[in-house]
Formats: sequence, structure tokens, C-alpha cells
Amino acid sequence: MSALAAMLPGGRLHLQHGPIDAIVQAWGDAAEVRRAQAQAAAAFGDVLPRLCAELPRLRAPLPAPPPEGPVARRMHAACLPFADCFITPMAAVAGAVADHLLAAALAGRRLERALVNDGGDIAVFLAPGQSFRCGIVADLAAPCLDAVAMLGAGAGVGGIATSGRLCRGQGGRSFSLGIADAVTVLAADAAAADAAATMIANAVDLPGHPAIERRPASALDPDSDLGDRLVTWQVGALTEAESEAALAAGARVAEGFAARGLIRAAILHFRGRRRVVGAVPLLSAA
Amino acid sequence: MTETRQSTDAPEAEALAHAKDREAGIVTCDACPVLCRIRPGRTGACDRYGNEGGRLKRMDPLVIAARAGRDGVIPFLDAAWDGSALSGATAFVTGIGAGTTYPDYKPAPFIVSSEIDGVEMVTVVTEGIFSYCGLKVKIDTDRFIGPECAPVRAGGEQVGHVTTAEYGSQMLSLGGVRHLTGGGKREGQVTCETLLALANKGAVELSIDGGATLTIQAGAAPIINGAREERMRVGCGSAAIGIFARQFLGHADEVIVVDDHITGVLTEHQAGRFLDMRPAGIRVRGRRSTPGRYFQVANPGTGWGGTDITDPLAIIERIDPKQAWPGLRLLMVSTTGEHAAWYVLDEALVPVPAPMPPAIAAVVERIGENCEPALTSVLFMAGAGGSLRAGVTENPVRLTRSVRAALTRVTSGGAPVMLWPGGGITYMADVLAMPDGSFGHVPTPALVAPIEFTLPLADYAAMGGHMDRVRPVASLQDRSDIRPIVWEDAMPWPLARPAA
Repeated sequence: MSALAAMLPGGRLHLQHGPIDAIVQAWGDAAEVRRAQAQAAAAFGDVLPRLCAELPRLRAPLPAPPPEGPVARRMHAACLPFADCFITPMAAVAGAVADHLLAAALAGRRLERALVNDGGDIAVFLAPGQSFRCGIVADLAAPCLDAVAMLGAGAGVGGIATSGRLCRGQGGRSFSLGIADAVTVLAADAAAADAAATMIANAVDLPGHPAIERRPASALDPDSDLGDRLVTWQVGALTEAESEAALAAGARVAEGFAARGLIRAAILHFRGRRRVVGAVPLLSAA
Repeated sequence: MTETRQSTDAPEAEALAHAKDREAGIVTCDACPVLCRIRPGRTGACDRYGNEGGRLKRMDPLVIAARAGRDGVIPFLDAAWDGSALSGATAFVTGIGAGTTYPDYKPAPFIVSSEIDGVEMVTVVTEGIFSYCGLKVKIDTDRFIGPECAPVRAGGEQVGHVTTAEYGSQMLSLGGVRHLTGGGKREGQVTCETLLALANKGAVELSIDGGATLTIQAGAAPIINGAREERMRVGCGSAAIGIFARQFLGHADEVIVVDDHITGVLTEHQAGRFLDMRPAGIRVRGRRSTPGRYFQVANPGTGWGGTDITDPLAIIERIDPKQAWPGLRLLMVSTTGEHAAWYVLDEALVPVPAPMPPAIAAVVERIGENCEPALTSVLFMAGAGGSLRAGVTENPVRLTRSVRAALTRVTSGGAPVMLWPGGGITYMADVLAMPDGSFGHVPTPALVAPIEFTLPLADYAAMGGHMDRVRPVASLQDRSDIRPIVWEDAMPWPLARPAA
């Protein structure tokens, strides 16, 4: 099945190929917007085939020699700073695809704003003076606007990504080593945000806690880059203090990333609790 | 020195991996270049394709119901297309897997025309996302499952309540907008999971505050506090007296049918009087409603006839020495015949257990025989009065009027529905009449259910239907994501014109 491109109502370009579902939106002069979307669609065709051609390498732990393809290189670069823990370039695949498509849309175009939303990992462009309001939903199973962040041009944020514990087949798109409901990261680009969100969500955890059911990733997906590592399957009852401790563990990791300049900010959600690391212009709180 | 040598007959690594895959039931999906290897019961990276019993399946295929044509051959089975054109006589496109076109100003996903009996019909096929929906559950039992209005819980969360009991049955009302979206997040989630499992013909375990723990499943016997309910009672205690009075005559001097609702006492009952039976003077506990009919002889429970009684003599208040006599033969029996005991009064007018005579045992057995198997039945109830109608016509109220006037037939997964009078299109459907896996959910949380509107093409045009989207049913047969199912002959064919 080949890549699909379709216009959705509201001027949104939908690009879909295999597991990739991306929405490309741009604002500005109508002709420029059309060209930008056409450029993104043209760049989309070989994204998945090129990734698949290097899949074994992208599923291998870092550090490792850099791969070949443009999206693969973005994944590699975004994940390398986190390689002191277990990480593979796959941790940044969604964000890297979003960055790649945004770059393609922007090349030679004059736009006011643009975004590429690849399954919740978002690459954004803001011309000077422009801004985005970003809603944050912590629990997809019972969605409500948990927070709204105001993103302004010049804040150094080019990517927003969210990671959580919900397994594939249970409402999520991937596997997590941690138990966070949602970790949203703002960073210089979507690939960096994606990798960091994965690592922070892994750190929101209570290792060895009996209420947390874990399964080997390979038992769920034989090709998972996580191999036989235990991924979170279900989380049972936890005390208030335990929930707080799990969240604090994640927040410590996020603070470390912020201090190293890897991320701008992170918002962590777990069991109705929230921690904010870094400067996020939150407009409202649930 | 050691020498490493590659054996020429060593199997290739790839071949080994494939052999392992076969052992583990893994399917390789070739829908896109990722080539996911999918374990049984799981989906690939896209969630669109999955491994169902070792076969690669599109997870949300469009379900088409098929029945035999005049030649007696069902046009397609097991997804193997026989090449004949789909027609309204043999194929009906259900809403299952059709998807929706939210926001609803867009035409429904499939607007399909087909000719049947010389009339051009249109079926508007969609899936509704129902926040206003729930299940009405009928549990055939006299056992006490909990007080009316008591909360019904799944995993500790309230998902519904006990509602008005019906004939021989306890009733639950589950789901509804208040539990789905009005409570906490977890309450909504658990409610949605519970509804989805029951509606898709699965079993769920429920607990009732101040009552029983239940395991219920549509079409299966309910399990109440771990005990499987086998029989639905023949009638209340009073009815059992009425039905079997003549058969007891001459073999017993008194029969008491123990029932949590209405306990019957034969000689005092109208039926005994008609047969000129001598009053036995055995007075039972509780409140006398009319002669021979008693309310509240005991507390509700899981013993005799839905009471908490394990020793039936406990419901006897007194035995009147002026009326009773030594040697009086007394049968005590429950409404289902599952419990029965035979007594003879001694000189002191005390009931003494005795072997039951064959003639009486035969009637007790007949009480049991007249009880139907106890089942749980589940009706899905939802209101489609809202925006979903806009996917059918630009002027939604005309659809409502057309449904009211019975010009438009509403079906759910092809199954007939009971339409509520009054505003909107609020309907109920027996989930057992619907194809397997008819229901889905969205995270809102809300249930997704198939709904089809079928009407003559001319009426559809007149109602302001999306005529530019009407396509012949045969145009669907080339789709790769069709799941054909065989139509139950006992059910009315959704495209057939109703008998006038």
C-alpha cells in the first residue's frame, strides 16, 4: 500500500503511510500555503520506504554509527544525547518525521505559521510575532483540556511531543518502560522533544512495585526495539505518596535534561497530578 | 588452534526466524513497507491490521450480511468472492466497520442503492457515536440480587443500577450518559468497557451494593454469587397454585408454594376453594394480600423461591388446632420446583418430614419442567436523534418524520430495532440479533454502534437525501476490507418491504 495524501476540511493536509498519520497545516498567503503543502506531500512519498530500509540499524541501541536517510539521521542525532541510558533512534521516529515534513514545507516558502502533527508529536514554525495555543490532554481515554500552553515565536520551541504508558492496542501507539499518563516536552525540534518525552516518561516509575504489571516488549511485538525489556502493561492501585514519588522521579530526570539544554520545558501528568519543569506559559489548569 | 567453519547445511538465519514465526503464530503484514510481524491477537504498528487466529485481518472491515439467493447459494462466504454481482436480494451493507463522517454535515460513509422486488431502495449506512446509550439487562431469576435503585458496580465503579423487577426476572439498567461522561474519568472508562463487553456478547462480572455478585452474558445463564441459575420460575407462588391445583387434589391436603413475591397457600387460595378443599389451618408469615396469597413471608435471598429461607417450615407462623388434623399431608415447594419437601402432621400437629409420594413428586417435576431456562438478555438502547441524521439528509427532521411514518426502516447491524414513540430516533436492539463484534468505542468515552436507514430511493430524494452520494451495492464488491457474514434466516431481511 503506497502513501496517501488527502485534503481534510479546514485546509488540513493528511498524509498517511503504514503507521504514519500526519497532518500538515500552514497559515499565510494562500498560494504559499498550497505550495508548502505540496512540498510536504512530495517529500512524504519516500519517508517510510527509506526508514524501513534501515530498520535494523534504527532499532539498535545507541551509541552507534549514524544511519543514511535524512529522517533516520534526525532520529539518530536527537537520541544520541540520551545514550547514557538505553535508547534506540526509534524513540524519536515520530518527531523526526514531523521535523522532516515541516522542513520540506518551509523550504523557499514565506509562511506566518506552520505545523506538522505526526500522531501527537508536533513540529511547529512561527514567523516573528506569531504564536500558537497548544492544548494538552493527559488522558486520551477521558480527554479534557488539562492545560493550555502559549507558544510564541522566539521562545526557541520548534517541537512538542507527548509520551505515555498506554500500550499499543490499548489506546497508545508505542510501549513505555514507565507509568506516566502523559509527559509533554517542548524542545528545539520535534525529534528532540520526542526522544526526551520518551526518556522522562520511562523515568516516571516505581521499580519493582507489585501493582505495576509489566510484560516483555518482544511478547507483544516480536520486532520491538525494546527487545525483552519489560514494558508497562497495567497499573493498579497506588497510594498518594507512591504516585507523588513516581512523578518526582520523572521530574528529576526532566530537570537534568533542562539543565543540559536538551529541552525547554516538560509537563508531567500522573493520576491527576502535574509537575511542570522549566518555563511553560500555561494559560489554564484543569 | 580452533577453526571456525561455516557448515554448508546450516539453515539460514532468516529461514530459522520464519520457522519460529510459524511456531508462535506470528503473521507478517505486507500492507506497508514496515512489514510488521504481528503476534496472535495483536495489531501492527498502525493498529489498522491485526493477527486474528493466524490470519492477517483488516481490523475494522465493512460487514456485509449475505443470504442465499433464489438458487439457494449464498453469494460469498469466507471472504471468497464468487464473482456474482451483489444485489439487494442477497446482500445488505451493515454499519459495522462503516465508520462515521464527523462532523455530520458530510454525507454518511455509505449510501447504497439496491433493487429488491422491483423497487429501488437506498440504505444509508453509518456508525453512530453514542454518548446517550446504555444497556437494559433482563436476568431470569427470582433470587434477590439487590434492592431496587442499588448501584451496580464493575471494578468498584458504578456503571448502572438495579431497576424495576419484571416477571420472573431482575432488571439492570447499565451505562447512560451520566456514568459515561458525568462521573469521574475512571467511572466513564469502566462503564464504557463494561457496556462494550456485554454488547459484544461477552461476559462481565458485576457487584450490587447490598446485594449479589453477578456474572452475566447475553444468551447465557446468569451466575449469581457463584451459583449458576438454571431455571426461570413457572410463575409466582400464587400462579403456581393456580396452574397445578387440580393435579395436587387428592394427593395433598395443603400445598404452600414459597415465593419471595407472592407465596401461595392452596386451601385458602381461590383455586383450592373452587375445588372444595378443606381449609388446613396452616397460617404462613408475612402480609396477606388476598386469601391464600402472602407478601413478604421472609427476606429476599438466594434460598427457596428467592427468599432467604433454607428450612421451609420457618415461614409457618402457626397451625390452627381447630382446623388442622393429625395425618394432614403438606407439600412445600419453591416456584421452580428446585426445592420441595413433604410433611405429615403428627398427633401434636407438628409437621414431620416423610418420603414424598410419586404422584406429588411428578407434579413437582412438572413445575420444574414448565420453567424455562434462565437467561440473561441484553438490549442496547440509544438515541440517534442528534446530528447523525445530517449524514442522511440536509433536513434532519424529515428523516425523523419518515422513520415515524414507517417509510424508513431503522436497523442496527441489520437487526430489527424497537423504536420508542416520542421525539428523536431512540431505539432498542437485542445484541444477540446483531453480528459478532458490532460495537466499538471512542475515548470520549462513548459507544460506537452500527445504524442503517433503509427507504425507497424516491422517498430518499424527496427527503433531501444526499443523492449525489448514492452508489449501487455492487460497487462495493471490489473493496479489500469487506467481511461477509451469513444472515440468520430467522431474522427479517432488512431490505424486504414490511408486510402491509
